[in-house]
Amino acid sequence: MRRAIAAFVGGLVFALGLGLSGMTSPRKVIGFLDFAGRWDASLLVVMGGAVGVFAVGHRLVMRRAAPLLDDRFHVAPAGRLDARAAIGGLVFGLGWGLGGYCPGPALVAVASGAPAAVVFTAAMVLGMAVYEAVAGRAPEAVADCE
Amino acid sequence: MSASDAVCYNFLPLQRCAIMNDFTPVSALAGGVLIGLAATLLLLFDGRIAGVSGIVAGLSRPDGEPKAWRAMFVVGLLCGGVVLRIARPSAFEGLPHTALPVMAVAGLLVGLGARAAGGCTSGHGVCGTARLSLRSILVTVTFIVAGAFVVFLTHRGGAS
Repeated sequence: MRRAIAAFVGGLVFALGLGLSGMTSPRKVIGFLDFAGRWDASLLVVMGGAVGVFAVGHRLVMRRAAPLLDDRFHVAPAGRLDARAAIGGLVFGLGWGLGGYCPGPALVAVASGAPAAVVFTAAMVLGMAVYEAVAGRAPEAVADCE
Repeated sequence: MSASDAVCYNFLPLQRCAIMNDFTPVSALAGGVLIGLAATLLLLFDGRIAGVSGIVAGLSRPDGEPKAWRAMFVVGLLCGGVVLRIARPSAFEGLPHTALPVMAVAGLLVGLGARAAGGCTSGHGVCGTARLSLRSILVTVTFIVAGAFVVFLTHRGGAS
């Protein structure tokens, strides 16, 4: 129960960060990806802030033997960069550039009621399920801690 | 700012039309810090990585893994969306002319790609990159390049 509450708070703060930063606005996302046009560097700043805080935060947290509400960290060992991950990144990027949403912001934008976000998110969840049903699970993004 | 602010200019040899993009470093940095804090909180309390596509995909998996924290993280995202809708509606500014079938294709590609890559903008782009995982950094660069390519193709010649 306490774990679920912590996850809820994490999701809430994550969503507020996505919204404040501009990630939930396809216009900002496309502006960032429009390198040949009027490039908007805002999302680079978003990434810098998020990566900077988590780089310090995760180092401090991982000094502990275990998280506060569980007996171990659930951090999967990362796979190597193989063709599957590279092609996945490519396909992901095509969809991101086409729709202007990535998974987190799409879910947050569902609450805005925008039909584009609802349709995108439904198709995204379907795509995830189809992939795992056909090809199985790929290694998760984040490496194990030494 | 609305779609009527679209401007056209010449980009050799194509004429391109683009919406005016405004650089917003302060809100971008504040939002980025919140994202990093949320990821740190989830790791500190639950020992979990805030990778949204992995969290969502795990919800529908028929394995014995705990689902409650995943579901509550997603509920948190949705509640955050409701708060933003009230407090900051401009956060959801969309694109002019977004056809729903195009959005369906885009969503499908993002879902397939995120699972093949083992993560998305949050798992690879933020968490993996912060841990200096070479794989995450390369996947992140790949999807930015692929996204930029699509935007170059779809937004030229007055698409917007």
